[in-house]
Amino acid sequence: MTEPTTRIIGFLCNWCSYAGADMAGMSRMRQPAGVRIIRVPCSGRVDPLLVLRAFQEGADGVLVSGCHPGDCHYGSGNYFARRRLELLKRMLPALGINPERFHYTRVSATEGARWAEVVSAITERVKNANDND
Amino acid sequence: MIGFFICQCGTNISATVDTGKVAAAAAAMRGVAVAESIQYTCSDPGQATIAEAIRGKRLDRVVIAACSPRMHEATFRRALERAGLNPFMLEMVNIREQCSWIHSDASEATRKATDLARKAVARVRHHTPLLARKTAAVRRALVIGGGIAGIQAALDIAAAGIPVTMVERSPSIGGNMARLDKTFPTLDCSSCILAPLMVEVKQHENIELLVNSEVDDVHGYAGNFEVDIRRKSTCVDEEKCTGCMICQDKCPARAPDDFNAGLGSSKAISIAFPQAVPLIASLRKEHCRRFNGNKCRLCQKLCPAGAIDYGQEEAVLRRSFGAIVAATGYDHYDWKASYPTYGMGMYPDVVTSLQYERLLSASGPTGGRIRRPSDGAEPRQVVFVSCVGSRDESVGRPQCCSVGCMYTAKQAVLTREHIPDSQAYVFYMDMRAGGKDYEEFARRAQTRYGTLFIRGRVGKIFPRRGKLVVMGTDTLAGDQVEIEADLVVLATGLDASAGAGELARKLNIACDRNGFMTEEHPKLRPVEAASAGVFLAGACQGPKDIPATVAHAGAAAAKVIGMLARGELEASPMVAAVTESRCAGCFKCRGVCPFGAVEKARLPDGRPVARVIGSVCRGCGICNVACPPGAISLNGFTDKELIAEIVEVLKPDVGYRTLDFG
Repeated sequence: MTEPTTRIIGFLCNWCSYAGADMAGMSRMRQPAGVRIIRVPCSGRVDPLLVLRAFQEGADGVLVSGCHPGDCHYGSGNYFARRRLELLKRMLPALGINPERFHYTRVSATEGARWAEVVSAITERVKNANDND
Repeated sequence: MIGFFICQCGTNISATVDTGKVAAAAAAMRGVAVAESIQYTCSDPGQATIAEAIRGKRLDRVVIAACSPRMHEATFRRALERAGLNPFMLEMVNIREQCSWIHSDASEATRKATDLARKAVARVRHHTPLLARKTAAVRRALVIGGGIAGIQAALDIAAAGIPVTMVERSPSIGGNMARLDKTFPTLDCSSCILAPLMVEVKQHENIELLVNSEVDDVHGYAGNFEVDIRRKSTCVDEEKCTGCMICQDKCPARAPDDFNAGLGSSKAISIAFPQAVPLIASLRKEHCRRFNGNKCRLCQKLCPAGAIDYGQEEAVLRRSFGAIVAATGYDHYDWKASYPTYGMGMYPDVVTSLQYERLLSASGPTGGRIRRPSDGAEPRQVVFVSCVGSRDESVGRPQCCSVGCMYTAKQAVLTREHIPDSQAYVFYMDMRAGGKDYEEFARRAQTRYGTLFIRGRVGKIFPRRGKLVVMGTDTLAGDQVEIEADLVVLATGLDASAGAGELARKLNIACDRNGFMTEEHPKLRPVEAASAGVFLAGACQGPKDIPATVAHAGAAAAKVIGMLARGELEASPMVAAVTESRCAGCFKCRGVCPFGAVEKARLPDGRPVARVIGSVCRGCGICNVACPPGAISLNGFTDKELIAEIVEVLKPDVGYRTLDFG
């Protein structure tokens, strides 16, 4: 049997990270195939409960990617995201979820190469994460 | 009834994703009435197929698996609308940029595309018709920057009858083009073609010109921007100053000459250059004696118009605009720190191409006679070095400046025209002469003007017996070359102008890795920035020569005119909405909203509830997350829609084995 795909839900903001993922595509940058992107207007729209729902439904990993500080299309959405998601990250162990399965990062619209690196690195980390650690 | 259409995009998608297989899988999904694979969905026949299916199969929702929604979502929404559907009953699946182009394993890519299709079909079931709102747009445009790009854009917009405010941070408009002597490939005089346009800006009834001014802050959104413009204190009353230059002649304090790129010197109070528009003096406090502990007030005493006001204060004007054009241009790269082997600026006779323009120019510090800065002698041997800070990985600058080859050829030609017995040498990497008549011009520089082109980089420049020795390689001859030069001219690369990044931040638009502002799409939307209502003109978007800049600025103006001509804009209906029966009146949403789009309202029974001001809401959805009872919800990105995506995309499929985490 072939190795199972590591399935990661990626919540990407429309203005920076989603465009960055498009940019990686336009530059034909090969990436692991396990990431399933869900487009949101802003990382500030990502409810921590949506992240937990993804884990509940069987996601191996969840990745939220927004704009760099100061670059948010809406001014402050990425700061809200950071506060909410940092808190979530600290709560994950109490829920029995290895925090290594959850990542929050920033990729700008022009950082296609960075997006490809993020996908590879995080796929690797999620693959190696074990909830019993 | 859902229609599912998957695009082959020629072979862009179908080479990696088995579109037939995905369509077959989609046909079996709940609610899907038709599933088809189309060669080019965005083409006329492709859109016709969709329209036919909508009418024939009575579809009420459509899923299109194709390129990125950032590319064609608007196209397909219009297609739905033409076929009689609400445009927001569409969901797109990105299987090109985010699937076929990044994977090579066909079965894995097909599986991913199927997953994504399933999530889109599930999501579109929850879509509700949304109606675009119309909002009034302010019929006035802001042009930031007064170089040739800003001038062209402002004149074009004003010609359409739309008022323009032009903001320029320096004391005169004209920008870099005003400093150039002649222009390639026609060798017509830069000032002669630019100066009449500068005057037209000043005199145009539809243009308000604000020099010595900068954009302080930008609020609002397309159609309704509120912009704070800071007018710097120059100690000169613009209304009174007549441009007589008596103050400049008599001022005892010397100051650097910015217009002449640091060659020669100016005064603390001065007019930027003789053709300046507006022709008014401005005082630079950092160089003025009066502002540095001295009692001098000579200019005030001598000014016949009484225009000098030492107590003049900064002012901030607030203006409303419907659209904004950024035309901030470029700066030449500061080469000194990166090229220690070229002397780091220690040798006065190593000048930049911009300084050389000033030496060539009749309005320059030498009156148009080429003179070495060190001793004022006329040079015989002039060496030009191309690509200083361009196409040079060793200093971290791989980009091409796109104008260096041509302006260097032009300067070599002008050298021979100024000094007939001179010899010009050009060290070049490749001659890039892609424009109309450019190749012929570059060829003429060699044949008629005897310029010697040497293909290779210069390794070192050092002084010897009053001359500068230029050591380089001739990669065509495979040889080392050493030339004794009287003057060396560095063709420095181009950067986005200082402060462009800061402005981009205020305008909420992105910059690329070289600092230039990013357009929405490199081919199809070359003048639109990522923020609606913000447009780019000229070299702020990337290095350009004058013809390309003028064309780009004209295009930006056309977009502004198109946007403001109707007086109202269609605003996205993807904004937040409150279910009042659920709202507890806690106003957490109001606290987190970055735009002040939530107001307090009262129901007839007196209960306080939140209400969204649709025209102010920008649709970020931060409030949706903050609301404890889940009463406020973002249209188009509701919890239901997002949860449907999560649940469906993770549905265990054949071939999956969920990782066992213990």
